[in-house]
Amino acid sequence: MPEHNLILNAQTMQRALTRIAHEIAERNENHAEVVLVGIQRGGVFLAKRLANILGGIWGQSPPLGELDVAMHRDDLNQHGAPRIHPTVIPFDITGRTVILVDDVLFTGRTTRAALDALNDFGRPQRIQLAALIDRGHRELPIKADFVGKNVPTAPNERIDVRFAEDGGIDEARKVTHDPV
Amino acid sequence: MTPWSRKHLLDIESLSAGEILLALDTARAFKAVGERAIKKVPALRGKTVVNLFVEPSTRTRISFELAEQRLSADVINFTAEASSLKKGETLKDTARNLEALNADIIVIRHSASGAPHFLARFLRASVVNAGDGAHEHPTQALLDAFTIREAKGRIEGLNVTILGDILYSRVARSNIWALTKLGARVTLCGPPTLVPRVFEQMGCAVTYDVEEAIASADIINLLRIQHERQRKSMFPSLSEYTSLFGLTRERLRIAKPDALIMHPGPINRGVEIDSEIADSDRSMILHQVTNGLAVRMAVLFLISGGQGPQNIAA
Repeated sequence: MPEHNLILNAQTMQRALTRIAHEIAERNENHAEVVLVGIQRGGVFLAKRLANILGGIWGQSPPLGELDVAMHRDDLNQHGAPRIHPTVIPFDITGRTVILVDDVLFTGRTTRAALDALNDFGRPQRIQLAALIDRGHRELPIKADFVGKNVPTAPNERIDVRFAEDGGIDEARKVTHDPV
Repeated sequence: MTPWSRKHLLDIESLSAGEILLALDTARAFKAVGERAIKKVPALRGKTVVNLFVEPSTRTRISFELAEQRLSADVINFTAEASSLKKGETLKDTARNLEALNADIIVIRHSASGAPHFLARFLRASVVNAGDGAHEHPTQALLDAFTIREAKGRIEGLNVTILGDILYSRVARSNIWALTKLGARVTLCGPPTLVPRVFEQMGCAVTYDVEEAIASADIINLLRIQHERQRKSMFPSLSEYTSLFGLTRERLRIAKPDALIMHPGPINRGVEIDSEIADSDRSMILHQVTNGLAVRMAVLFLISGGQGPQNIAA
């Protein structure tokens, strides 16, 4: 039987997002430059929530985009064709500060694909990375600027993040499989 | 949600409705790529795609070629006129030679029905059917379904009339499979010699009353009269065809006001369709071309990721 460990519940997830939003506000004094881009799918929900919180801090919500990185990944043959969600970036990112938002930071390959994809949309002044959970095991030189929670994991463990927007409750769990 | 697990795209007949919808959803994302300043993504970087067009084709080949380039694949075009097939090499040997060059995907157009299925049986590479004889033209059916869904918001419950040369048409066969699987009511209409009743077995209606076929339709899909495939005359003359079955201005008056016109091209102006209808707002013809590119990108992307059991002939 796989073992489930609760990492975040609705309350602690919300608290982590509030802290990330304040860190974003602190790091980016000129908020007119900031845009948020969520990586499909969990990152999109998180980016929306961050934009709301930032709207409260700044008096104005930053522009919000959604990015699907499937076309930019380097492991298409390894996982089978993924379901592609929309990419919608309804503003010019050139010269802006783009904050990429993802739910779980793991190998860094999704982030790399996202950086490549953003390249096709313009030339941001800078890109910062926000992740709800950093579970380690990076395979690329990538580091998050804003982290909700660091979770030590074994490579064969899985992090499941669920969102109320998907028709459930907010929670993150670590799933450990029995050694085979 | 149906995951995609197919290595080849050989026909529509063997696909499930879920797989067709997944291909259409994927195509929507690729259509958005075509609307950006940079229209290229690296999804097939390092892969080699061979367009093996044993039967001549311009628009399908150009569409596939651009789709492959926009996915960053390396592309080789192989046409029958300038190839070893002219020197007597068999299709099997030609395909084996292409595979020896480490081709990852072979897109084949062939006048023999089943040629793509034949290749898929012994090649390691993925095979995409770009039209085989009078059998199937799966990417055309996907782009037609995509166009209908985009224009009407749905496919289920729509009345689709396919008008013209059905007997010799791989476009018709693939369209019938795709649209009936997605819940549309398909009606075929044309001269009895070109629209035999046996098509009813595919789950569609057959009528020889062109007014009825037009009046009930949400979509009128016109097929080209393929003079080159008709060995003996199946109808007395092109002008008689036009007067009995052509989509003229007068006939279009009895159609629903929001009925849309489709045609896979190339159109014969003044034969199956009046020139001004082809150029009107109700004509989806050029949207079909744009959508064809997105659908072909989606198909190439999906089969490149397919890791599941190989799908050989249906």
